[in-house]
Amino acid sequence: MSAALLELRGVSKSFLRAGQPVSAVDSVSLDLGCGETLALVGPSGSGKSTLARIVMRLVEPDSGEIRFDGVDLAAAQGEALRKLRRRFQMVFQDPLAAFNPRATVARVLDDPLRIHRLAGRDERPSAIAALLERVGLDRSLAGRRIHEISGGQRQRIAIARAIVTKPDLVVLDEALSALDVTVRSAVLKLLRDLQCEQQLSYLFISHDLALVSSFAERIAIMDAGRIVETGPAAKVIADPQSATAKALVAAIPKLKTGAVQP
Amino acid sequence: MNTLRRFFATPEGAAGAAILGMLVLIALFAPLLFPQDPLSIAGPPLLHPFTDWSLPLGTDRLGRDVLAGIVHGARTSLAVALAAALASIVVGATVGTIASFAGGLVDEALMRLVDAFQTVPGFLLALAFVSIVGPSLAVVVVAIALSAWTGPARIARAEVLSIRERDYVAAARVIGMRPSEIAFREILPNALPPVLALSAIIVASAILIEAALSFLGLGDPNRVTWGGMIAEGRTVLRSAPYLSIIPGIALVLAVLGVYLAGEGIVEATAARRGYT
Amino acid sequence: MTPRLSIQDISVRYVGAAVPALDRVSFDLAAGERLAVIGESGSGKSTLALAVVGLLPSRTVVSGSTDWPGLGHPPVNGRDIGFVFQDPGASLDPVMRVGRQIAEVAYTHLGIGWQAAHATAIELIGRVRLPEPARIAEAFPHQLSGGQRQRVAIAAAIAARPKLLIADEPTSALDTIVQAEIVSLIDRLVKEDGMSLIFISHDIALASTIADRIAVFRAGRMVEIGKTEDVVAVPREAYTRTLIEAAVIPLATSADHAGGGQS
Repeated sequence: MSAALLELRGVSKSFLRAGQPVSAVDSVSLDLGCGETLALVGPSGSGKSTLARIVMRLVEPDSGEIRFDGVDLAAAQGEALRKLRRRFQMVFQDPLAAFNPRATVARVLDDPLRIHRLAGRDERPSAIAALLERVGLDRSLAGRRIHEISGGQRQRIAIARAIVTKPDLVVLDEALSALDVTVRSAVLKLLRDLQCEQQLSYLFISHDLALVSSFAERIAIMDAGRIVETGPAAKVIADPQSATAKALVAAIPKLKTGAVQP
Repeated sequence: MNTLRRFFATPEGAAGAAILGMLVLIALFAPLLFPQDPLSIAGPPLLHPFTDWSLPLGTDRLGRDVLAGIVHGARTSLAVALAAALASIVVGATVGTIASFAGGLVDEALMRLVDAFQTVPGFLLALAFVSIVGPSLAVVVVAIALSAWTGPARIARAEVLSIRERDYVAAARVIGMRPSEIAFREILPNALPPVLALSAIIVASAILIEAALSFLGLGDPNRVTWGGMIAEGRTVLRSAPYLSIIPGIALVLAVLGVYLAGEGIVEATAARRGYT
Repeated sequence: MTPRLSIQDISVRYVGAAVPALDRVSFDLAAGERLAVIGESGSGKSTLALAVVGLLPSRTVVSGSTDWPGLGHPPVNGRDIGFVFQDPGASLDPVMRVGRQIAEVAYTHLGIGWQAAHATAIELIGRVRLPEPARIAEAFPHQLSGGQRQRVAIAAAIAARPKLLIADEPTSALDTIVQAEIVSLIDRLVKEDGMSLIFISHDIALASTIADRIAVFRAGRMVEIGKTEDVVAVPREAYTRTLIEAAVIPLATSADHAGGGQS
């Protein structure tokens, strides 16, 4: 087994609500291996999105250790952190809210290339065109504004923005929830292809066990800020142990086939 | 470009633009239309309008041309109003932005300063300021700006605070963008439009405050102003009401034009938002 | 048997749109029947709901007919048709106690006094299985969770005992556990009150758990309609098959694991 790319040890975070500290993430420990997909599944309010933002260093944890490829991520600050950000990226839930409303597609993809000096000024337009084609979009889309394109196209742009820096880890925060069913399976396939090509690790946050079951190798079930169960995806779904996992499995809508139901 | 077309497509926008456009043209070409000093004597005193076609709107108590006064007055009114609105928006937006980005003590101090200004009625503040410093065009501009900068400051602060929490700002941090670039490229361009939407209200109220100051004799004494003309006419209100009514109409038109144009802008941008 | 609702050749075209949002759609809905309308964004499924309740924007071009045989008068929204929206946060008044919002529907449509309406509201809050109905009635929407708010919205929708309940993606803002609870709640209420149901969803698996019939919409057309079992087992359209496959793939893992095997 390969060494862990991301290690969380005892990560906690509480927020003040009406003057009272409310625990959002409660001493969470997790490992994510290189090239692995770990799904973090839980009902709304379970703290999974807060945990994703802690991993992305968008929210500061109160305590605990975050190691990314051996580096102490929680301690990185300023310029060092910004340099490190090239290696871990994120796709947000709402493909419209995740983009500056004034931005064009080209600008969105140009920013990471420019910030991390991945391509010279002259090379960037062709790099953007290649990237658009890689995520299954037409290169003519580059000049369009973000609000002019469809939700599925937007989420592909969000994925393109996340992979343009060739990261090791991509956090997918409910990245497919806002998409139509048929668009969703196409985007899922794209994510799988990219994983093979670039040796990506995914941390896939979702409330939908059915959605992640075919995609993730391992599943961690989260409830009330704690990890209540982890295990291989197939095992967690076939034989859930914790009450939360059982409820999540039971809530998967089963297609009524009229044929023999087990 | 599309917003501009939608602006002219709204009835408010078209009417407002027509009125304002006319006023701006008149103000710009005032020295060509009436090369003589509008404060100089042009004919017999208290000549009623439409009696002598060389002086179509008549003359005042001292025989000064009313039309020349209106035209040159447009210059003062618009210049003061625009300068005051610009100053208050720039100062207000800057203060609000600094407060929201700095946070903590700086935010507290600046916002209490805003509170302090807001507790004093704007016109009284302007009145007090001009009475102390003495009337001149620049002082009037500063006085009006003093009374109007708090609105933009509050809105800019609220917008920045709200936009800072949006996903696209988080996304900019994720790709490693520097805080200064996030502020100037991601946050400010989206925070400022609501502040600019205030400009119509500020310009309209600035026109009225300027007229009120002039009416009370606190305008620049070396310039014709509509407020000053109304005040002049007041003494002969019974025998020559036109001396107060004509600059009054000019004032109403100017404020109406600004207001309508502001409504048009709101409609046009709202249409764009509804489109997405 | 006369249908409760009969829709004939309904077409809808929005102002400035190049193609119709709804293109010659016809179907009947029997009393107590539960129809799922399945489609993706832009399929016209929400336009259909708006056309049925007559809430399309003015200047929209509508043709075709919507008949209510047996009703004897034009349907009144709220009394004859109950509507549950996707976002319960947006359909509830944020500054009104939820009990009053439910009572208002009963007061307006049932011709009863305020006190009786309030009692009805508390009874309804119990029927949608919210704990301590009297206490919940005094709460404001923001004090409730998303799932609780949707239960309140459902209580308000059924307060006047409508003949038809339209639920437009009632669970897509909720997590899966709450989703399952809400769907079974709607299922139970519809059965108990003998309402007809139009359940609008993008999720064919979810819809199949509640519907007698499924209508599949794509780009404004109804491409397929039939009994749930038939549509799921032998879909006539390739598009329906795609939707079903997308819904089946996630379960393949568990089926494989259980030794079921699926191609």
